[in-house]
Amino acid sequence: MAVSASPVDEPRTIHAGAPKVDRVFHGSVRTVAIIVLVVFGSIGLFLGKESISTFHQYGVRFLTESDWEPSLNRIGISATLLGTVLVAIVALVIAFPLALATALYISEYAPARLKPTLVSLVDMMAAVPSIIYAAWGFFLLMPRAQFVAHWLHQNLGFIPIFRVDTDPNAAPWAQARYTGSMFIAGIVVSMMVLPIACAVMRGVFAQAPIGEREAAYALGGTRWGMIRSVVLPFGRGGIIGGTMLGLGRALGETVAVAIILSTAFDFKFRVLENGGSTISKLIAERFGDATTVQLSALLAAGFVLFVMTLMVNTVAAVFISRSRSGAATEA
Amino acid sequence: MSVSSLTARPPVAAVEPAKETAPTDEPRALSTRSVDDVASVVGSALGSLALTWIVYSLLLPLSGVLGFLICWYVAFLVMYACVAALSHPRPIVISKLMSVVMTSAAAIVGFALVTVVAYTVGKGLKALLHVSFFTRDMAGVGPTTPLGHGGIWHAIVGSFIMLGIAVAVSLPFGLATAVFMTEVGGWFAKVVRTIVEAMTAVPDLLAGLFVYVTLIVGLGWERTGLAAAIAISVTMIPIIARSAEVALRVVPGGLREAGQALGASHWQTVRRVVLPTARPGLATALILAMARGVGETAPLLIVSGASTYLNANPTKGPMNSLPLFIYSAIRSPDELTIQRGFAAAVVLLAVVFVLFAITRFVAFFAIKRFLTKRKTREMTSPADLWTG
Repeated sequence: MAVSASPVDEPRTIHAGAPKVDRVFHGSVRTVAIIVLVVFGSIGLFLGKESISTFHQYGVRFLTESDWEPSLNRIGISATLLGTVLVAIVALVIAFPLALATALYISEYAPARLKPTLVSLVDMMAAVPSIIYAAWGFFLLMPRAQFVAHWLHQNLGFIPIFRVDTDPNAAPWAQARYTGSMFIAGIVVSMMVLPIACAVMRGVFAQAPIGEREAAYALGGTRWGMIRSVVLPFGRGGIIGGTMLGLGRALGETVAVAIILSTAFDFKFRVLENGGSTISKLIAERFGDATTVQLSALLAAGFVLFVMTLMVNTVAAVFISRSRSGAATEA
Repeated sequence: MSVSSLTARPPVAAVEPAKETAPTDEPRALSTRSVDDVASVVGSALGSLALTWIVYSLLLPLSGVLGFLICWYVAFLVMYACVAALSHPRPIVISKLMSVVMTSAAAIVGFALVTVVAYTVGKGLKALLHVSFFTRDMAGVGPTTPLGHGGIWHAIVGSFIMLGIAVAVSLPFGLATAVFMTEVGGWFAKVVRTIVEAMTAVPDLLAGLFVYVTLIVGLGWERTGLAAAIAISVTMIPIIARSAEVALRVVPGGLREAGQALGASHWQTVRRVVLPTARPGLATALILAMARGVGETAPLLIVSGASTYLNANPTKGPMNSLPLFIYSAIRSPDELTIQRGFAAAVVLLAVVFVLFAITRFVAFFAIKRFLTKRKTREMTSPADLWTG
């Protein structure tokens, strides 16, 4: 004890704060995030602000009127809104099972050698521009899909949504009544929804914990049994999230719908029948010759679409955050 | 006789079955597919084809190729289930049935993709065979001008200029947002994530509307290539941010902690550990966004005018682009213009696929280099990890 010549017990100074480089780093990424937030927040605000005058002028009639006839001062989006939802539903009804099955096939059934190729193919399918699906749908699909629509009408016509205002069994059946329908537009939109939903689902399925998979097999489960008890519950968030993401895309798809669907503003559920309208189609087509009042009305329609997709996505986000998908990667 | 002898196993097993026989180290066959499985699939397919043909085409008053295919498929599933039920318990039958369903669904999707590509190429081939299609613009080309005259050079140039600007704007913004969301965190990051996630599904058309209202109506801009590029970046930022965030999130937390434990600052950890680890995922994020961006049509309908001549200046005058060119071409009634539209669609598809291939290769080599680098470092000195 006496040996040490009393080195004064000075506390070492500790710089508890983050180093300068980190403060710069945090500051700059936070700034960028704020900018992004402001820009995207202002999209909603702008659309909302610009559409106020329309809501003032037309009131509730804007939501209940089905016709869009600016020259007669009859502007409403009820038919358009219904069309938007119907096209999206048709697209999802077709895309959801196919996307789920394809995702499961790629992650669970495909030979290991093929997997990377298949994953790339799905990504590539998602990357194919919508205009190309639109051209495909208009020239290749539409002449063929009218027969499917006719068949559905003939055999399932008793269900209201499969009804068409024409006699299905007339000798030369009215082919033109079955083209340019929400059904065909929905098929084309499903081609765009499918790869998005499939990619999200597959990504989540691939993360299903290997230990639980092996446990399921070790307990004597079949492959489907393992999928049902491990992969699907684990991937529930991804399934719902991917579908919702697809739904958002389907609601807002413009080009394919604008090209395929012939314009009609009837409030109807008959998806197989020629004619219909969606909000994005309305905006894209009526934009060029819009006066200030009409522009405001179009922006109001856009605002409704915005709110719709926002709600869909919020619901999706809630589902995803509640699932445990992706939670295992931190371990 | 040696225990590990491979050749001697069958006779030993045959002669002395009671003795503990040579546990030879033969790898177990992982494939569980037997002749029985293959035969039952093929047999059911053929059987149901025959049955459907007799019932559908000969007995019932039905017709139509699609109806036939659907009936065949249903008959096939039923028959396959019956065949499988002969020799397997119920769970295995269900499992077998599901694998057939999954495989056929994937096949349908693959078939659809093939028809999209094949039809587009087939229809655009005639116009593609002319060199001038790639080197000329459409100035002075009428609906009946033969395919040898006029081309889409202006649209190709326009598309690339717009895409370049859009990437330059959206990549830094998107990536920084993703880094903020995953690496910095906090309540504000949650707000940003919510908004970004919401924005990925907000229709691209509305981005066009927004840019139109703010820049063209609000600030009095012309309808130019720059405005179009900004509209495209608005649609690309959330895509990049979101998918980059996913890629960053799957970087194991242990790597980050290891970086920090070695004394690296947060910035160093992000730059040297997190971003390189996530590089393939980030590359995918960028590809998907670029491919979306180059094919973006809806916002361009609103924001960009379409020129028929070459305009390489994004700040002045209308600028055409591939999607816009295709959109107007396939809506025209004349066959030649439609063919030009499809040829442009082939070019657009090719651009998307090439982009895709390039980034895939980049990602592939990045993984390879990353792995080899790590290996050599482990062999030299652990200190290299954080000084390097």
